[in-house]
Amino acid sequence: MRGIVHHITEELRNTARELLASGRISAFLGFREGDHPMTVAPFAARTAEEVELLIFNSFCVLNSANTIPELLRDLTPPAKRGEPPNEPPMIGVIATGCWSRNIVVQIQEHQVPRDKLVIVGVASRGMVDRRKVLAKLPNSDVYSVEEQDHLLLVRGRGYEVEIPRWEVVRDNCRSCSHPEAVDFDLWIGPKTGPRSIDAPFQELEEIEGLGAAGRWEWFSNEFSRCIRCYACRNACPLCYCPTCFVDDSRPQWVGKSADFSDTATFHLLRAYHCAGRCTDCGACESVCPMDIPLRKLTKKLYKAVKERFGFEPGLSSGATLPLSTFSSEDREEFILRPGGPGQEER
Amino acid sequence: MELIVSGSDLDRLIRSLKEKGRVAGPVSRPTFRGRMVAWAEIRSIGEVVFDEAPRESMKRFLFPQPEVLLRFKRKGTGYEVEPGQVSQETVLFGVRPCDARSACLNLLPYQDDPFFLRNMAATVIVGTRCEQPCSTCFCRDVGGGPESIEGMDARITPCGEGSWKIELFTEKGLALFQAMAGGEPAPTPEGGAEKTPPLLKPLKSAPLSSLYESDVWAELARACLNCGICTFLCPTCYCFDIQDERLGSSGRRIRYWDSCMFPLFTQHASGHNPRPTKLHRVRNRFLHKLKYFPDRFGSFSCVGCGRCVRECPVGIDIRKVMKRLAEAVQTEV
Repeated sequence: MRGIVHHITEELRNTARELLASGRISAFLGFREGDHPMTVAPFAARTAEEVELLIFNSFCVLNSANTIPELLRDLTPPAKRGEPPNEPPMIGVIATGCWSRNIVVQIQEHQVPRDKLVIVGVASRGMVDRRKVLAKLPNSDVYSVEEQDHLLLVRGRGYEVEIPRWEVVRDNCRSCSHPEAVDFDLWIGPKTGPRSIDAPFQELEEIEGLGAAGRWEWFSNEFSRCIRCYACRNACPLCYCPTCFVDDSRPQWVGKSADFSDTATFHLLRAYHCAGRCTDCGACESVCPMDIPLRKLTKKLYKAVKERFGFEPGLSSGATLPLSTFSSEDREEFILRPGGPGQEER
Repeated sequence: MELIVSGSDLDRLIRSLKEKGRVAGPVSRPTFRGRMVAWAEIRSIGEVVFDEAPRESMKRFLFPQPEVLLRFKRKGTGYEVEPGQVSQETVLFGVRPCDARSACLNLLPYQDDPFFLRNMAATVIVGTRCEQPCSTCFCRDVGGGPESIEGMDARITPCGEGSWKIELFTEKGLALFQAMAGGEPAPTPEGGAEKTPPLLKPLKSAPLSSLYESDVWAELARACLNCGICTFLCPTCYCFDIQDERLGSSGRRIRYWDSCMFPLFTQHASGHNPRPTKLHRVRNRFLHKLKYFPDRFGSFSCVGCGRCVRECPVGIDIRKVMKRLAEAVQTEV
């Protein structure tokens, strides 16, 4: 590791070490390196030795917010019989733009108390989709990857190639306008400011232009590959329900097999549950082992919420949530009436 | 026996096979990330990718999901029951030695399962040599090898200039290539069977408690997302659940993949869950493959294909787990 990510990692470890040493926090949540090239694992450092395992690099495709509720639960000492539940201790957490926006969403939805968090903000440089890298390699096989500021140095059996980093950055990061944490207590690394994106929803245009039949065909083709592993759900910081709707058995809302009608139901319902909450962090799509373009659904809903309500999720914890409030100004043209709008494609 | 055939002969064979059933192989498919190698129906041998493992194992052909076990219809006070789906005649081209071997290992617990046996009988596995083991492969550590023919009915090897070498090992393989060949299937060549993996005996003789209490489980549980990628891509994970899907007065009984990574897998009707945490579930997955299955059936429930290593979103590596367990066993002794 060299260059920018090396410096940020050093700063991250220093900050986490100081926070732990001062006794202000009982764990610092971030990532450590995975066993396989270009992977990271969620990791809560609880000691000075464990801090040395924390890293920040271009392969942090998971969302740190996803682990916060679980970590707070794990760290809260169990209450004595008959006594009220104990308060969770304070934790530190690293946050890029979308991670911090997801923390804001969790605060708004009363999953995480803000006063128990020390948020260490950082500017994301755009995370790399490791499968985009693998797709470029002979036999999709890799021995090691060294990250430089603008290049990935990739080595495998009998080859060594340089891949320009930006070429393999995830699609959501390429259209991201908030790479910097929006709510934070401490800051590490350089500040970059917001990015201006001319056409943030451009990636949807091709599918939007297909017409109802074409869109269904696109959806069926891409989503019929799903193996129902639920990695998308488990990587998602919005998916904190104690019992997910797909796991409910009384009543059972959706069939359990990979029959397409059930797979389609799962994905449509999951996407709608994320409307007005999803920050387009891309964790779902990054972990999908079947290359399903999951974000196209959530991004479409992001766009709809932005256009209808002028709202983007996770930018302010005081904001009114569009999907849990009613206003007489709300547009209602989606209510289908015989001969009314919305019927032309049926 | 062995024969050399041309690509066009193979393509003719594939076309005729497709009239009776399906013919599939790993093919390269475009995706939003570039490409992926996926199982698909093929029309010609040229489509088959030989030098890269498909993202999924061949398991979906032997454990279709959903698999309709029976159909039922209300009749008076009872039900009228009809058989479920029929196994489709299937020929799989380009199955890697690790994946082919998985069929033999899965047969051990499924030897009395009529549905699996039926699917096996309807499937011909035309394997391939593994010329390019990946950095994530470890077939030799679990009793297989790139030259292994375990589970294969025949083996196909490209030998340049559009011709292919076909080796036939079983009656099924012979029947498939009957028009092109004559005579008897070859005896299993020497060197196909690999040595007993070094870790198998120590793990088998180790008391369970020394492995059960290892620190490694807590470490893994902290990283694991508890998704089903490893189990669903694994060729030797075969767990299932059964449900009746009913619409009005008729319905079907289906079998579909289930995963020990999911809390629901062990949830009792009472609400009690004997594997309530990630730690319990992670431990079960690895110990099932490396201890419980070997104790019962004599072999690891793992073919070393490396899919769980490659595809794990948090980079968990079963080879490191095996190493840690080996250390735990040694310290015990």
